[in-house]
Amino acid sequence: MSKGKTDEVTGTDTTGHSWDGIEELNTPLPRWWLWTLYLCIIWAILYSIAYPAWPMVSGATKGLLGWSTRANVAADITAHEGKNADLVTALLATDMDVLPASADLNRYAVARGGAVFRANCSQCHGSGAAGAKGYPNLLDDDWLWGGDMAEIEYTVRHGIRNEQDDDARYSQMPAFGEMLEKDEITAVVEHVVSLSNAEFDAKLAETGATVFADNCSACHGETGLGDRAQGAPNLADAIWLYGGDRKTLTDTVKNARFGVMPAWGPRLTEADVRAVSAYVHSLGGGE
Amino acid sequence: MTDQPSPPSLYAPREPIFPRKVTGFFRRFKWAILIVTLGIYYITPWIRWDRGPSLPDQAVLVDLASRRFYFFWIEIWPHEFYFVAGLLIMAGLGLFLFTSALGRVWCGYTCPQTVWTDLFILVERWIEGDRNARVRLHKAGWNLRKWRLRLTKWAVWLAIAVATGGAWVFYFTDAPTLARDLVNLTAHPAAYITIAILTATTFVFGGFLREQVCIYMCPWPRIQAAMMDPDTITVAYRDWRGEPRGKSNSRRKAQALQAEAAAQATGPGEARYPGTPYRQDAKSAAPVLPPIAETGDCIDCMACVNVCPMGIDIRNGQQMECITCALCIDACDDVMDKIGKPRGLIDYLALSDETAERAGEPVKPLWKHILRPRTILYTVVWLLIGLGLVYALFVRSDIELTVSPVRNPTYVTLSDGTIRNIYDVRLRNKSGEDREFRLRLSSDEILRIELEGTDDLSLNIPADTTVLQRVYVTSRPQDQAAMNAATDLRIWVEDTTAQTRASKATTFNGKGN
Repeated sequence: MSKGKTDEVTGTDTTGHSWDGIEELNTPLPRWWLWTLYLCIIWAILYSIAYPAWPMVSGATKGLLGWSTRANVAADITAHEGKNADLVTALLATDMDVLPASADLNRYAVARGGAVFRANCSQCHGSGAAGAKGYPNLLDDDWLWGGDMAEIEYTVRHGIRNEQDDDARYSQMPAFGEMLEKDEITAVVEHVVSLSNAEFDAKLAETGATVFADNCSACHGETGLGDRAQGAPNLADAIWLYGGDRKTLTDTVKNARFGVMPAWGPRLTEADVRAVSAYVHSLGGGE
Repeated sequence: MTDQPSPPSLYAPREPIFPRKVTGFFRRFKWAILIVTLGIYYITPWIRWDRGPSLPDQAVLVDLASRRFYFFWIEIWPHEFYFVAGLLIMAGLGLFLFTSALGRVWCGYTCPQTVWTDLFILVERWIEGDRNARVRLHKAGWNLRKWRLRLTKWAVWLAIAVATGGAWVFYFTDAPTLARDLVNLTAHPAAYITIAILTATTFVFGGFLREQVCIYMCPWPRIQAAMMDPDTITVAYRDWRGEPRGKSNSRRKAQALQAEAAAQATGPGEARYPGTPYRQDAKSAAPVLPPIAETGDCIDCMACVNVCPMGIDIRNGQQMECITCALCIDACDDVMDKIGKPRGLIDYLALSDETAERAGEPVKPLWKHILRPRTILYTVVWLLIGLGLVYALFVRSDIELTVSPVRNPTYVTLSDGTIRNIYDVRLRNKSGEDREFRLRLSSDEILRIELEGTDDLSLNIPADTTVLQRVYVTSRPQDQAAMNAATDLRIWVEDTTAQTRASKATTFNGKGN
């Protein structure tokens, strides 16, 4: 190839390009650098043949290697399930009551249960398990149906007052709005308020005590401490599922409450039922 | 057709370089550095360091799987990565310091590319002979002898490259175990792939790309060039002493000058040696030809060019390709000794010295070039960071805790009205043995601490692990903390064996908010 023009000052060839009299010096790129460009192009073509690449009408080309992120995730999940297989076997074989004693297994169960809880339970009980009005707080030490490992597991498995599971926990408070006079309800509400040491009208509460003894004590107990066998709440503590003010209590007495929890036994795997029970037990109220 | 010249090629083939053997002070110094740096690289993974039964006994180990970095008596956890960040900042400042004082001394002496290329060139010389033999071999056709020499050379290079890639993986897992697994072909595929990649890069970079890596791939020459100043000591040619260059044989000298003049007449681009910046006479196109009698010390023997691993001519002045390996100094000093001239025609020299020498003024002593505000500032900052890291290393404890308050919900009311806050406490036992940790709290208000899953306040933390423990702090309903919006408290952990303690401050939320 013949030489182009040469710049006099630097002695370097020019490319022949000139702008306003300023000429561009030619500082040649090493030829192997050009080869790397061609290699990259070849690589890109091979890559687009081997891997999903070209957008078509119904999805991209699949690629000869059959690679997909979905398959990778599925393989990862299978691999992790394989790694946890021993722990799952142990979890299924261990009696729930003694689960907290085996630290490693319990740690696995709680971690797994946390994931199950966030996916299935947090919609009602909240992501922090603090509950909401009508949905029990699982962090405290108050339990309607019992808070040891076996009771929690039973509640999770069968649920409460649902129609799918014949073994679901069941109880029903009557709606006293049609059974009691209006002033009787006012009096019994005052009595219930008095049980938890709030400020109350002593005379009215005394009247209410009689109404309570006649109508409520069968389930809630003579002193209002409740009965877990029937899921009857303790009325003498600081925890109210629906609210402890007079208006809410009047509403509760008149119309009753009927909270429902689904049965999770048919929906979750056995390991997940056990794990989420262990998780709930570990939140601070487990007995 | 026009008389327009056809455009020049935008791509240039690589000019092969055949560095000649050289002896001298800098060459010996570079051999010493090569032995020390390669020795450190290859031997370090095999040094053992006893840390007790539950920890690895490799002195330097980057344990990626269990997220630990072991360096002799130091163990770095992932959350202590600031030590590594600090070392990287020190490395950066060290580069600033050395570059501002001594130019591209990193490139010339310690850069892996330089060290391995040196080693590869040494192998090349042993097998194929010195410069002239290699040039002949390069030009020769592919006969049996050339194949034999080339294949031998490539085999040795490949062996070095495999050893290089092989040494690298030993830093990441127990070296003796991995060595056995590698031989038995039972090691993890990642080990083989890493070795294969590093073998390929070493073989190609050290054997074939060499100076191309420095010139076209590496960003540091540009960065370092920007960090040099007139006081920076770097390799330079005393052109006021050497020029006009020429052979001492006057006839050959005259012929050379005529050839030069003829070359200059056809255009400066054809000149064998483009003028140095100092000789440049831009106004007149006529070459400045020296009188034959007045020749400088440079006899134009090309020794400096022939030994240069970058294939450049240092007599053209400072240039981007120069890695300041100083081999041209050795080569030129050797020639100066032979022709009875003083050494130092090519020398370590600062730009300010050049100006002074040219003007006949005294030059600054070496220490004044090195000790100046800029280098002192770099050294001070470098030392401060270093001392800070050493301090951090000595004050860090074997036990640690982090406290993250659970704020969903902010507090829990218990059936008797007690207010409870929940904290996720991570307890870290960095000692090499199982320890019993005891928790307690301190606060101005009356508060109680409990642990989930145990009635005790003590926990057994296995060696070298972090344990997550759910911790409850409660306030009775009648106490101040239950009624306040927030109460300060501090959670303490005590190692009952070593009697060391650590603590973290946090907040207790009451009903007040």
